[in-house]
Amino acid sequence: MKTNQFSSSSSSSPSDRRIGALLRHLTAETDADRVSSVFASPTSGGTGGSVFAHLVQAPEDPILGVTVAYNKDPSPIKLNLGVGAYRTEEGKPLVLNVVRKAEQQLVNDRSRIKEYLPIVGLGEFNKLSAKLILGADSPAIRENRVTTVECLSGTGSLRVGGEFLARHYHQKTIYIPQPTWGNHPKIFTLAGLSVKTYRYYDPSTRGLNFQGLLEDLGAAPQGSIVLLHACAHNPTGVDPTLEQWEQIRKLMRSKGLMPFFDSAYQGFASGSLDTDAKPIRMFVADGGELLVAQSYAKNMGLYGERVGALSIVCKAADVAGRVESQLKLVIRPMYSNPPIHGASIVAVILRDRNLFNEWTLELKAMADRIISMRKQLFEALRSRGTPGDWTHIIKQIGMFTFTGLNPAQVAFMTKEYHIYMTSDGRISMAGLSSKTVPHLADAIHAVVTKAV
Amino acid sequence: MDSVFSNVDRAPEDPILGVTVAYNNDPSPAKLNLGVGAYRTEEGKPLVLDVVRRAEQQLVNDPSRVKEYIPIAGLADFNKLSAKLILGADSPAIQESRVATIQCLSGTGSLRVGAEFLKKHYHQSVIFIPKPTWGNHPKVFNLAGLSVEYYRYYDPATRGLDFQGLLEDLGAAPSGAIVLLHACAHNPTGVDPTPEEWEQIRQLIRSKSLLPFFDSAYQGFASGSLDTDAHSVRTFVADGGECLIAQSYAKNMGLYGERVGALSIVCKSADVASKVESQVKLVVRPMYSSPPIHGASIVATILKNSDMYNDWTIELKGMADRIISMRQQLFDALKAKGTPGDWSHIIKQIGMFTFTGLNKEQVVFMTKEYHIYMTSDGRISMAGLSTKTVPHLVEAIHAAVTRVD
Repeated sequence: MKTNQFSSSSSSSPSDRRIGALLRHLTAETDADRVSSVFASPTSGGTGGSVFAHLVQAPEDPILGVTVAYNKDPSPIKLNLGVGAYRTEEGKPLVLNVVRKAEQQLVNDRSRIKEYLPIVGLGEFNKLSAKLILGADSPAIRENRVTTVECLSGTGSLRVGGEFLARHYHQKTIYIPQPTWGNHPKIFTLAGLSVKTYRYYDPSTRGLNFQGLLEDLGAAPQGSIVLLHACAHNPTGVDPTLEQWEQIRKLMRSKGLMPFFDSAYQGFASGSLDTDAKPIRMFVADGGELLVAQSYAKNMGLYGERVGALSIVCKAADVAGRVESQLKLVIRPMYSNPPIHGASIVAVILRDRNLFNEWTLELKAMADRIISMRKQLFEALRSRGTPGDWTHIIKQIGMFTFTGLNPAQVAFMTKEYHIYMTSDGRISMAGLSSKTVPHLADAIHAVVTKAV
Repeated sequence: MDSVFSNVDRAPEDPILGVTVAYNNDPSPAKLNLGVGAYRTEEGKPLVLDVVRRAEQQLVNDPSRVKEYIPIAGLADFNKLSAKLILGADSPAIQESRVATIQCLSGTGSLRVGAEFLKKHYHQSVIFIPKPTWGNHPKVFNLAGLSVEYYRYYDPATRGLDFQGLLEDLGAAPSGAIVLLHACAHNPTGVDPTPEEWEQIRQLIRSKSLLPFFDSAYQGFASGSLDTDAHSVRTFVADGGECLIAQSYAKNMGLYGERVGALSIVCKSADVASKVESQVKLVVRPMYSSPPIHGASIVATILKNSDMYNDWTIELKGMADRIISMRQQLFDALKAKGTPGDWSHIIKQIGMFTFTGLNKEQVVFMTKEYHIYMTSDGRISMAGLSTKTVPHLVEAIHAAVTRVD
């Protein structure tokens, strides 16, 4: 390891001395003190500590940390109900057939190149994504009032949208439901917005606190941004009914509140792409403005490819054009332009009628398996006579069930039954199978009947 | 009722990418795009490296591969291999586990994540960047929350390095300030310090505890040698000190649109590196959760297989050599034509770009009369030239220099 370059000349190398002489020669007309004050520094070798010595170890991400803990567990009966990634009945990750087909097609096409995409991403992908979420016949699309930019899955779309609003929208507060996905407040805070919450989940009913929601949104300042889970609320699985959505819409429009939809489960929740998009389409149909963050992580199983889109529905085509130009100024200094591979897969599937249809079948199969797991778990708890009302398991929708278990009960289930979930009692139904439902039912029964 | 976005102004087109937009709109058959820095073959076509196609085939034909989320910090083997590539396999910093490497979205993403990390955790929030530099640099750092100052770099009189000015400005920087350094093939000028000049820069930076942040977008692409182009970075690491490095695979592996890169933070100790990595993850998670799997998998496949790695170095050298040859041809042609001025900077500068020294009016003239597209600072992408198109460019330069001031 090299010693201090500026220690006494008897210990420095000939080249150091030549360079030292050159340095002195070059700086001869400048402050001589500057040359002689050259000394060991914290960022140089030898002496001095790290400039990052004061850093603390950041805690593991609470959601992803569940899988980290699961991986470390040697028990053969361990069950991972943590992160929301689909698993087959055999407990394996799934790459959709239609995705493999599309990928083969792309990679075998020797005319394809890897040039930079435009800052806004793959044009065809953007158009198809807007059609998918808003409906092919959407007036907003026909009137060119929608700007859609390819982003990195749902997270990236939320962040880019958040930064755009922080810069260009007159209200810098966003209301998020209580509870919500753990990453939401961090995304919006770093985007430059301030975060408030509105009541959403009612622990006593394990359903929607609709009164509380209406009161809190009703009390929000005019123009505030409101985050809405388009369907399959994460983590609770509790969604408003269509009638409730209509009331929410009316209230929000009456107060000029800006809807920002997070759509991560279109088609994955009910099995129908149109059904799961209905709340968003109701808002667009009233002619008003809104933002939508769209993810293909779950419904196309493209998790690691990071494919998503941010759409901003505006009052006029001219406005949409200007908004798009400003979105580019958010994206360019963040990562320049988005990745080509995942978006290309999506475009291949969405543009081809046969592949699109195949996709809807595979999508429905995933949604159906999850719905079946809900039924099986509910039946298993009922047949065990587990105390409590467990109907929320079949009333809630999407990948997650908010069991209602408390952190102490969750810890017990992990310790005694090697079942991993987030500490808020959220379980991923996608992680269950017919084989493992009994084990989970036993664990829930045990924890609910003992005095924990 | 009016749009809530009525007051949003139309943003100007990105100056660099806007060149290609204008080029695409031009119907002239003689048009030449010397704007954006993406490699072109002698036939003027984009290039996907053979070894990249092979790696991609291998990946996509492997039915055991899945598309699950990769960790927030990216693919572990990609990260290890990237650190080895830029620092050298025998780097003591790597052996001592003092390097935190996080997969990011190419060079831009690595710079942005690194800058946000520094804004949050480093005691100084000013970064000194060379004048001139890539147009996106100040924006990346400003949005990360850093304030941007400039240090003298390019000397228009010599079309070379203003070394005196550089030393003075870095010498006057506050202790601990961050300094952006182009590892090689400075963009846009193509002017790099010599190894001796780098050594003086290193000593000055260390003496003032300035924190080096390297932008390495052209490793192997500049000289044709991966080790040569990493030399500046490695001498800083060899002195045991700390630094950040933003690494891009856009050019040297031709992976532009896949957005593959890595941020490495070289720390004083393994313990610090581990804490640094955990904190960088807190920057990434609320930005895009985790990076994309595809491009990084291609890179890992190539770097870990010694045959593919060798094939890559050969294709890489092929690209670098073609660019060096274009420099020589352009220089020779200007000399043969007797175009007034000293054009030796064309062969002295290195990398994808040449800073021609042409002014805004001359650039506009060349676009209007000769349908040649470049950025308004007179930067041309040598990768966009071919033996066939050199004469056209020479005509245009000659006309601009003799008729337009």
